[in-house]
Amino acid sequence: MTRELTVVSGMVLDRRVVFTLGELSRACSISAEVLIDMVEEGVVEPIGEDPTQWRFPGDAVARVQTALRLSEDLRVNLAGAALALDLMDELNELRQRGRRAGLYEQEQG
Amino acid sequence: MEFKDYYAILGVGRDASQDEIKRAYRKLARKYHPDVSKEPDAEDRFKEIGEAYEVLKDPEKRKAYDQLGRGYHQGEDFRPPPGWEPGFEFSGGGFTDAGEFSDFFESLFGRGFGRGAGGRRQGAGFRVSGHDVVARAEITLEEAYNGGTRQITLPRHEVTADGRVRESQQTLNVRIPKGITDGQRIRLSGQGEPGIGGGPPGDLYLEIHFRPHPRFHVEGRDIFLHLPVAPWEAALGAQVTVPTLGGDVGLKIPAGSQTGRKLRLKARGLPGDPSGDQYVTVRIVVPRPETDAQRALYERMAREMPFNPRKDL
Repeated sequence: MTRELTVVSGMVLDRRVVFTLGELSRACSISAEVLIDMVEEGVVEPIGEDPTQWRFPGDAVARVQTALRLSEDLRVNLAGAALALDLMDELNELRQRGRRAGLYEQEQG
Repeated sequence: MEFKDYYAILGVGRDASQDEIKRAYRKLARKYHPDVSKEPDAEDRFKEIGEAYEVLKDPEKRKAYDQLGRGYHQGEDFRPPPGWEPGFEFSGGGFTDAGEFSDFFESLFGRGFGRGAGGRRQGAGFRVSGHDVVARAEITLEEAYNGGTRQITLPRHEVTADGRVRESQQTLNVRIPKGITDGQRIRLSGQGEPGIGGGPPGDLYLEIHFRPHPRFHVEGRDIFLHLPVAPWEAALGAQVTVPTLGGDVGLKIPAGSQTGRKLRLKARGLPGDPSGDQYVTVRIVVPRPETDAQRALYERMAREMPFNPRKDL
């Protein structure tokens, strides 16, 4: 016998979604203070002048969560996590560029 | 049950000092951290390394492991000796949050040490929110284009009344929004690990990944396709049919096109605001002459079309 499953819908965390400081800290289960520290270290970059006006893009959730895991699992501090995140972004871009180049080489070969 | 050689997993000798073990663990943890590593088995390796360290960093657990594991090798069938009490309480060392441990670990050191809401035994009266869960879901490009629902099954950890962690399976039917792109996350509120003592459940983050497509290559919302064309189609121009995610469309190949020429089919990529485009890269395919008449055609071209493709070299 099969059971009908209810379809659950979620929110796509892309750049069209914006979070305030409170919303992002709740989404990541951290305090606003930790999040402010993360902004100071460059883990995430909000738009807006002071914390009450900060707006974070939806993909900030993934960066905050990765930074938390890196600091828990590998004992890196927030500055180190920010550096790792930036380097990983760059690495991903290079990998993609490499894949694209590979595609064209294949064509010519 | 499979015996796990924790020394081999960390790449250290059986006589390694606690310092050597710590250094080996930290190095491997950095290498196989699932956020850092692109190795397909990074997550399993990371858990295995964490489990090995969990045992070897604690002198008491290490001693018990050394005694029980004497003579065993990695992967061999292992049975704990009769009378071994897995619920044995170890006093030394804390527990690394390395995720749930293997059956082998639990047969030696008991259950209930994993990560997650029920990771540590909680006293009565606690109200703790459930942990957030991140899961990967692989979808096809067609699913991203059309949207739809996707059934996913996830392991779920619940704490039973006696404080033990029970693993069950949770199946969800998740709506995949039209136009989602590779690497994006969907946040499903309240679908993470259950809370303890009436605490709210965590959220589930579903990270979307595209399965490689046999025909299309995708970047963001743009779709790329290599389109084979005949030399005369490229030279004289032609109207050809091109596959797109939304079905076949007509495309005019301009006369005098060379291999590598990029043509754009506006808004034929993944839907969105704005929608992606489809880029068609022309690739001239030269037919092999199979008959005398066909060979004669090429020879006539060679005579009548003075053309040196290498004049600029």
